[in-house]
Amino acid sequence: MATESQEIDRYISREYEHGFVTEVQQDTFPPGLDEGVVRAISAKKNEPEFMLEYRLKAFEIWQQMEPPEWAHVHYPAIDFNSISYFSAPKADSDKPQSLADVDPEILETYEKLGIPLHERAALAGVAVDAVFDSVSVATTFKDKLAEEGVIFCPLSEAVHDHPELVKQYLGSVVPTADNFYAALNAAVFSDGSFVYIPKGVRCPMELSTYFRINALNTGQFERTLIIADEGSHVSYLEGCTAPMRDENQLHAAVVELVAMKDAQIKYSTVQNWYPGDKEGKGGIYNFVTKRGDCRGARSKISWTQVETGSAITWKYPSVVLTGDDSVGEFYSVALTNNYQQADTGSKMIHIGKNSRSTIISKGISAGKAENAYRGLVKVLPGATGARNYTQCDSLLIGSRCGAHTFPYIEVQEPSAQVEHEATTSRIGEDQLFYCRQRGIAEEEAVSMIVNGFCKDVFTELPMEFAVEVQRLLGVSLEGSVG
Amino acid sequence: MLKVNDLKVEVNGKSILKGLTLNIGAGEVHAIMGPNGSGKSTLSHVLSGRDGYEVVGGSIELDGEDMLALSPEARAWKGLFLGFQYPVAIPGLNSSVFMREAVNAQRRSRGESEYDAMDFLSISREKMKLLDMDESFMSRAVNDGFSGGEKKRNEIYQMALLEPRLAILDEIDSGLDIDALKVVSEGINKLRSPERSLIMVTHYQRLLDYVVPDFVHVLSGGKIIRSGGRELALELEESGYGWLEQDMAAAE
Repeated sequence: MATESQEIDRYISREYEHGFVTEVQQDTFPPGLDEGVVRAISAKKNEPEFMLEYRLKAFEIWQQMEPPEWAHVHYPAIDFNSISYFSAPKADSDKPQSLADVDPEILETYEKLGIPLHERAALAGVAVDAVFDSVSVATTFKDKLAEEGVIFCPLSEAVHDHPELVKQYLGSVVPTADNFYAALNAAVFSDGSFVYIPKGVRCPMELSTYFRINALNTGQFERTLIIADEGSHVSYLEGCTAPMRDENQLHAAVVELVAMKDAQIKYSTVQNWYPGDKEGKGGIYNFVTKRGDCRGARSKISWTQVETGSAITWKYPSVVLTGDDSVGEFYSVALTNNYQQADTGSKMIHIGKNSRSTIISKGISAGKAENAYRGLVKVLPGATGARNYTQCDSLLIGSRCGAHTFPYIEVQEPSAQVEHEATTSRIGEDQLFYCRQRGIAEEEAVSMIVNGFCKDVFTELPMEFAVEVQRLLGVSLEGSVG
Repeated sequence: MLKVNDLKVEVNGKSILKGLTLNIGAGEVHAIMGPNGSGKSTLSHVLSGRDGYEVVGGSIELDGEDMLALSPEARAWKGLFLGFQYPVAIPGLNSSVFMREAVNAQRRSRGESEYDAMDFLSISREKMKLLDMDESFMSRAVNDGFSGGEKKRNEIYQMALLEPRLAILDEIDSGLDIDALKVVSEGINKLRSPERSLIMVTHYQRLLDYVVPDFVHVLSGGKIIRSGGRELALELEESGYGWLEQDMAAAE
């Protein structure tokens, strides 16, 4: 069936749509990293003293660390001195004061990406913070959110306007020394989103950030911090794209979520970074640390992600279930094609009594791609009645790709219940023939089968993303019946 | 309507069909019987265009059109339907979404407008009612977790929706108990019409008690070795395939 799988490969591979480059004047640091660069980043942003100290300490820690090598991915060693650590669109004034001040070319870029940056997007009910290379260029709906007491702004602004919150929470979920890339991020992070939902407030709209790496040879190191105070609710969406470049670009982000008593955070990602070309040249190295802390009783954190981009993805959104009766969820679809490599999964750390977690992971591999699920479920002593359910399914398209599963389970509490299920299947010639015999052409058939495979995860996505995701995977929208 | 002429088919260089000729007129029901390994399933698959079979001679025409030149989906659009012996499950793919796409693909090929969700809902309800099926079928994933009987009924339901010119039912009776067989047969009979031809591929004559064929053919060693009416099937049941094959051997 060799010809059959080539056919399938042809259908599953699409040219990258977001590979355009925006011509704006950039203020970019020369490549290289030393203490001077860290100080310069801090100075560039007029940061208060506590932030500079935070960065310098992180840089010191990072210098003593080694890049991790345990992941099931292969790439040449990264020369951290060949990367520029700061790049910002050069504006006439220091930075845009309102949407009207944003460079029209940047706005056009976001238009192309289909992001409702303008206020007219009110219809969509999504507030967007857009991060272009290293800086946050626009945050919509600030006023409306302020009425509810919700703070949604670039982190670079939060360090000035809400230093007490930043001091209290930054690094409280992902400590600087957590891992190599988290330490690097803490030293050089440029910007990102900051969200604070006050007690008892249900955030009136979906919050959204769109990340884009535009400049050549730049790393993007954004940092997101979301705090949901007692009894509050928030749903947050994150999207990412990058232009096509022959060089690999580094993206090392850190996302920290804190859910207090009875609070709920839903964090959804559609990651479509440039994956490199068909021969595996170029593409984004996506080394990300995402972690949430269910700090209060009955709190809930839910990660949903659809990953179709990046040359290499190394990412394990996690939940630390500190509070009693807290809930952690992870729903993931990771599609790898051509020479893409993904080592992704989740960690659930049970500390609170009766804490519950669910992991649903769907990996799809095509071409010569390698897709690995790596997950840790850890139940600490005293987490009585803790429960976890993990389901990990892999779908192979063609015969040259790989799927791997590395589940780690550490249970130190006898009353805990942990379940793990895993399946691997191949889009079968018999499934395709069945569809085609019914009159459904091969391309559409592949889409329908993949879509069906991902269904458990897609149903978890907010409506705003559902459409985009289906398009991303090249699938037609499932019927509006029922 | 369907003309199969001197069809020769190989699989991995091994000859399976060795010159099969079959003519089926509009509205006729033909049964093709034969022992295991006689080439029955190969015939079903070659007619519907499955990969992995090499046609080394002969022709297949449906309404005067060369089927061998067409892809499986294009044959489906021309009104050729295969009821599978082993319908495959597609987890997560809603049956209703699947069949709406199938029906619409066929309509597009004929330049007709597509059914929207509401149109399709009412049409599928009508077919379910005809076949006395539970509506819960529609909301389930394609064949996923279906019992043997449910899978076969689902095939007949799909046939009802697609309204084919020619339906090939490949061992539609296999794996069915007598009650399920009756239900499935009833469905097939409801779908018989003067415009629609049927090929029933089966190992056992039992099915033919319920769906009575106009013609019976015996396939053995890659050829049709005997054709007759309904009574041929009964004869076979009494004596098995052995006597026919011996006849053949003697004649050669």
